[in-house]
Amino acid sequence: MPRSPSARTLNWFPFLTLAVLIGPVVAGLAGTLLPAFGYLPALGGTSLNLGPWRELFELPGFWTSARLSLVTGLAITAGSLGVVAAFCAAWEGTRWFRWTERFLTPLLSVPHVAVAFGIAFLVMPSGWIVRMLSPWATGFHRPPDWMTVQDPQGISLVLGLIAKEVPYLLLMTVAAMGQVDAERSRTVALTLGYGPMTAWFKVVFPRVYPLIRLPVLAVLAYGMSVVDVALVLGPTTPATLPVRLVQLFNDPDLSLRFVASAGGCFQTLLVAAGIALWCGAEWALRHWGTRWIAAGRRCPQDRAARVVAGLVLASSSLAVVLAMLAMALWAFASSWRFPDLWPSGMSLANWKYHLDALGPALENTITIASGATAVAVILSVGVLEQEARSGRRAWAFSGGSLYLPLVLPQVAFLFGAQILLLIMGLGGNQFVLVWMHLVFVFPYVFLCLSDPYRAWDERYQRTAWCLGATPLRTFFRIKAPMLLRPILNAAAIGFLVSVGLYLPTLLLGGGRYPTITTEAVTLTSGGDPRLIGLYALLQMALPFLLFVVVALLVGLRFRHRRGMQSS
Amino acid sequence: MQLRGVALQLGGRPLVGPLDVTIQAGEVVTLIGESGAGKSSLLAYLCGTLSPAFVASGEIWLGDDEISTWPPQVRRLGILFQDDLLFPHLSVGQNLAFALPSRIRSSADRKARIEWALAEAGLPGFDNRDPATLSGGQRARISVMRVLLSEPRALLLDEPFSKLDASTRQRFREFAFNHLRQARLPALMVSHDPEDAAAAGGPVIQLDRGPTVLNHSFTP
Repeated sequence: MPRSPSARTLNWFPFLTLAVLIGPVVAGLAGTLLPAFGYLPALGGTSLNLGPWRELFELPGFWTSARLSLVTGLAITAGSLGVVAAFCAAWEGTRWFRWTERFLTPLLSVPHVAVAFGIAFLVMPSGWIVRMLSPWATGFHRPPDWMTVQDPQGISLVLGLIAKEVPYLLLMTVAAMGQVDAERSRTVALTLGYGPMTAWFKVVFPRVYPLIRLPVLAVLAYGMSVVDVALVLGPTTPATLPVRLVQLFNDPDLSLRFVASAGGCFQTLLVAAGIALWCGAEWALRHWGTRWIAAGRRCPQDRAARVVAGLVLASSSLAVVLAMLAMALWAFASSWRFPDLWPSGMSLANWKYHLDALGPALENTITIASGATAVAVILSVGVLEQEARSGRRAWAFSGGSLYLPLVLPQVAFLFGAQILLLIMGLGGNQFVLVWMHLVFVFPYVFLCLSDPYRAWDERYQRTAWCLGATPLRTFFRIKAPMLLRPILNAAAIGFLVSVGLYLPTLLLGGGRYPTITTEAVTLTSGGDPRLIGLYALLQMALPFLLFVVVALLVGLRFRHRRGMQSS
Repeated sequence: MQLRGVALQLGGRPLVGPLDVTIQAGEVVTLIGESGAGKSSLLAYLCGTLSPAFVASGEIWLGDDEISTWPPQVRRLGILFQDDLLFPHLSVGQNLAFALPSRIRSSADRKARIEWALAEAGLPGFDNRDPATLSGGQRARISVMRVLLSEPRALLLDEPFSKLDASTRQRFREFAFNHLRQARLPALMVSHDPEDAAAAGGPVIQLDRGPTVLNHSFTP
């Protein structure tokens, strides 16, 4: 490989990136761990003891909260994986399947909380579903006194998050199927007399699952630790554990931070236990599955099961679409009485009235997201380019370890990070806030960019070099423009992740940098659907606009280049 | 161009050579070997783009320069692959302009050379065309003109004809070899097709393990 000055500069990128990403997480974990054992001199804790843990376990309903988190997390994961697997088994390879895949991709870009709000508008007693049936079928002239949203068992939380995670897992599964030659394996099974679904589960799923295992575990960890969605859809008496921990942490009584820190550590252990349980289930299923595959049952008649699988996926996608529509309507509704199906008047008054509060929130959102995304893209490209030139893949950037910040419960290191920042006098610093966003944005940007970047035909580069172009010129004139689309797409994804971040913004912004996401969640308790609809709509619109802009930009730039059109 | 004792190893095992070859201006030497014999890796070593997984040794002489330690962009060894590798985001004319050395300053001069190259390729007026709209044969001819415009001191050909269909291949071979001879460049071609070697008209080396020596003079 050529040794040029730029190549040597690039060698710093992997180390720099790791330091930037791991630093805050490790510091944050330490900052949570010490107070958890009573040590935090700033608040008068000078000795190590188990007091915070004792207090934690004595919180009323603590074990109920812990159990709720564990059970809802497992249910969300099993549910979304089940829906996706059944749908792939039933319809993979059909036109209807490809259509669904294309239709679901944009749903990925809707932030979790926005979906949660929409689902709430759909299923709450005064929501769209009841309105559709009232009063002609139900006889209701006022909303019934039901507990549909925020039900104590967390059912609405589970269903809402299943609807949100299904598009994600489906796209991951589709990508994995491309790698294992799913189509032909299944054809072989079909010709051996297996029904389509049985064929898929017996010959495709066992090879696809290992490839989607990390995303599945990420869904599990997310589902167990989620705060923002749980505030909207989750139970309140008691709430899931992470929600209660954040409430404790934000309590004016600062001594409760010891208990909250112990809770952050406990949450990590709980997620570890959840993952262990899941792995146990995997093991059991593998044993049972191997026998099932070898037993040779073919189940050739599975039309009914296929229809059910299709309907389940369709209704979960339809729920998300209707949810978004309901939100958009509320954002522009001047009045919308129960049980009317549509608002009786639409106006912009709502927007004008809240413009003053909206402006700063939008500005904060865009500033923070742009900063974190720009740095994430530069670091990703630097790491990938260094990798391409050295021909060696740093272990930290290949696969699994990138999922670590996505699997670690946010409360576990955000509490500590905030405590440390306060001690250092850096509370509510915008630079620090962007940095913490970067920790969450980078893995997504890198995961999106790495495949197209690594797949780039490096013979273009050799050709350019042999034509006399320097590595620097080759990079900017040939490689970067050819990779413009994946780079901008990864940037859009990073932006979207940042826009959707709730807890880091809340805890590290110190209330000084409200974004549209933190504002929207804060408004939940007020319960004005017009205002919530407005913020949720903005949350959806921002990333959507960005993807449109990226598509237009790249399309316009390369409008006369057929070889640069997206496939 | 002269290779002196050029050898490649992969994982401690010898892969190619040692190879001693002298190539005169206007001459095409063909290396014939099975796939996996290390043909493309040998060319990558000559270009200076060999993957660090290989261990390479030996001297590469171009005239009076020993270039094996030079970075690829100053070696001025043009290479043609089996794919044309026209840059998809640039127009046909921009692809050619990218190759043209920057010391040719005046835009009139640069334009004239590009027009000359297009005319030579039988594609006058294709300046603003999108490479993706050209036929395989047209793209292949442009890639030859592109490498010639970069004013290389020698050429490397990595199975440049293997992906073309039979009739295009025949015509493109003639086109390519005619231009190589006109430019009086030494060229090293690797191939697994004996017909390529026959069309090249130069010496043929069977690439097997073990020392290979070819030192001779050849006048076209």
